[in-house]
Amino acid sequence: MSSFDFLLQGLAAAAQPMLLLYAFIGVLLGTMVGVLPGIGPALTVALLLPVTYGLDPAGSLIMFAGIYYGGMYGGSTTSILLNTPGESASIITALEGNRMARNGRGGPALATAAIGSFIAGLIATLLLAFLAPYIVRMALVFGPREYFALMVLAFVTVSSAFGDSTLRGLTSLFLGLALGCIGIDQLTGQARLSFGFPDLLDGVDVTTLAVGMFAVGEALFVAGQHALDRDQVLPVKGSIWMSRRDWARSWKPWLRGTAIGFPIGAMPAGGAEIGTFLSYSAEKRLTKHPEEFGNGAIEGVAGPEAANNASAAGTLVPLLTLGLPTTATAAIMLAGFQQFGLQPGPLLFATNPTLVWSLIASLLIANLMLVVLNLPLIGLWVKLLTIPKPWLYAGILMFATLGTIGTNPSSFELGMLMGFGLIGYLMRMFHYPVAPIVVGLILGPMAEQQLRRALSISQGDWSVLVQSPVAAVLLTLAALGLIVPLVLRAMGKGQVLQAVAADED
Amino acid sequence: MRHFTLGALFAAVLAVPAMAADYTIIAPANPGGGWDQTARTMQDVLQKEGISKSVQVQNVPGAGGTIGLAQFAEQHKGDPNALIIGGYVMVGAVLTNNSPVSLADVTPIARLTGEYEAIVVPAASPHQTMADLIAALKADPGAVSWAGGSAGGTDHIAVGLIAQAAGVDPTKINYIAYSGGGEALAAILGNQVTAGVSSLGEFQSQIEAGTMRLLAVSAPERIEGVDAPTLKEAGLDVDLQNWRMVAAAPGITDEQKAAITADIEKMAKSAGWQEQLASKGWSDTWLAGADFDAQLAEDTAATEQVLKSIGLVK
Repeated sequence: MSSFDFLLQGLAAAAQPMLLLYAFIGVLLGTMVGVLPGIGPALTVALLLPVTYGLDPAGSLIMFAGIYYGGMYGGSTTSILLNTPGESASIITALEGNRMARNGRGGPALATAAIGSFIAGLIATLLLAFLAPYIVRMALVFGPREYFALMVLAFVTVSSAFGDSTLRGLTSLFLGLALGCIGIDQLTGQARLSFGFPDLLDGVDVTTLAVGMFAVGEALFVAGQHALDRDQVLPVKGSIWMSRRDWARSWKPWLRGTAIGFPIGAMPAGGAEIGTFLSYSAEKRLTKHPEEFGNGAIEGVAGPEAANNASAAGTLVPLLTLGLPTTATAAIMLAGFQQFGLQPGPLLFATNPTLVWSLIASLLIANLMLVVLNLPLIGLWVKLLTIPKPWLYAGILMFATLGTIGTNPSSFELGMLMGFGLIGYLMRMFHYPVAPIVVGLILGPMAEQQLRRALSISQGDWSVLVQSPVAAVLLTLAALGLIVPLVLRAMGKGQVLQAVAADED
Repeated sequence: MRHFTLGALFAAVLAVPAMAADYTIIAPANPGGGWDQTARTMQDVLQKEGISKSVQVQNVPGAGGTIGLAQFAEQHKGDPNALIIGGYVMVGAVLTNNSPVSLADVTPIARLTGEYEAIVVPAASPHQTMADLIAALKADPGAVSWAGGSAGGTDHIAVGLIAQAAGVDPTKINYIAYSGGGEALAAILGNQVTAGVSSLGEFQSQIEAGTMRLLAVSAPERIEGVDAPTLKEAGLDVDLQNWRMVAAAPGITDEQKAAITADIEKMAKSAGWQEQLASKGWSDTWLAGADFDAQLAEDTAATEQVLKSIGLVK
């Protein structure tokens, strides 16, 4: 039987009413936890694992798939509407998405995120179905030096998230890098900058920082503006649906986001966030409307949202073909497989084709359900913005706190959340962008570890970093991204200069 | 009066979980890992076998379990309903992190499961046997890179012990730490490192598929169904097991300890538990009472010595 026959069979199996119900429950739960700041899909799947002991393998895996995709999507809703990302993969979405919402275009922003997620999920799931064994072989080419080169490229491109001032952006980024040094050094096991607090040994949690900076910081900022005019509500301008122009500007970013997100998700140490960083900067460089970036450009929502959903599907490539979970959620899905006596790995496609294909089929169904569930909800979500601000932000604060306590019941963690909230508030007051600090915390430790692993394997020989073709290409791209704008500026090319200046902020 | 009612209501809400849960199991790690899986499997079996009506699992992640351990020892003192999962990794983490709370500050109940370590090389590696790998290690310790889990963990200790047994200075080993056996797996498959060390279960499916070569296992005797010599057969006097245990709170009475031990023993001997072990590929390494206490003391002393010789603990 060919892969295609298997897929059709899987679709037929997954389309049973009971399984559809499981898919629906999964998608609903996933969206809900994705929306709540701090509560991630990993925790939800872990909580639901015992519930699924009674279900058959297909049923519970389908539910997991729904939660996974739903969580990836749900995070974007709060990013866009409230500037409070629920997951680290939706931080970039907040940059343009929230601007759009503030301009009264929350509807189209949510729609482009939903449809982009659907298209990315669809394409990526099909790629997973037909190309997984080949993709994983390519992903394995990535060793420490290639990852380090990828991180360098991400560092260079991330400057497009800096906002209006490069100096302020860099300050924020370096604060994040400094926070990234806290905790046990993974390669030597020694504690750094923990000042004797055992709670700091594991470093600063990205979710705590992101929720503190965005959700708590935003709430304080709104409260501090004494602009709590009870009547001032963001008006929804124009249609809540996407216009023809929105479609025309969205479809290419959706495809590009998918193309960037999927392979990075498939890499064993990629991570969904990196795909969103790269996608955002790609859109910013390619757009015909550079002036809109920073003020609500739809491309800046469409691309990263497609990228984070594509990388969610990409994550399943190493999980199914190597038995290698690359995210916490995937690790729990692995536990789910094992609960049914299945060992994901190179032989899974051969020994258990029915189950693998029903999982892939259920991913397609979950994906479709997500868009069906969420498009009608957009009208409702947008109404969220009409809730009087004191109530709305009180609610956000409550969920942010509950989410943090729920994942890690420690008063120290809660203190950190509030501390970061305060820093986020001060940064907003003085016009420092808050995204780079989170980006620094994500990228810094990854880049450091990969560099040191590469040097450790080569026994201290730095030339190894450029000896691999993949790493050399990535580093060259990064160097070009850094140097070309400078050269163009120095040469004083009129129009090019202006375009680049707009590009760079 | 209103305040009183509110207060009573609040107290009632607080009291409900304590009454509803027979056991609260602390998994001192993130969801998904071995300790979390152990806790959730216990939850399932304890409830299904009717040993306990309601069991809750709480994750307190961080620093090789030492955060959860410290919180447990402090918050649950004298609480006969609280349990914590621990393991060999915790012994090392307590030492490397200078944790003020160690396994001696809680009440160890029993060792439940264990996994042996596997030493593998990529399929394309020139090393066919453990002897080849050791020869390379002796020739130039730095040139042999070992991928495994976190620094100071079981995998790292295994490499230290192997080097020591082979007469190589353990401080010279080139150990590349990954966040877990899974991430190390990608590095081994991608030919990025010379060899890999992790629990046998992590590598099993790759070994079966022929993408990795299993050189040796760290069991005292050959494992049934696994086609590889032990390290002892390969001439290295190393025998190491990554075990997982359950402990109760400090300050409980002897009767309470006996009751908990009886419950856990009932669970470990049940058909449901054995089924779970089989499906997860964990071996039953049940050990309780004075034997377990002695084993724990022995492992702690040995680990401290190894970590000192690797240079992780001063």
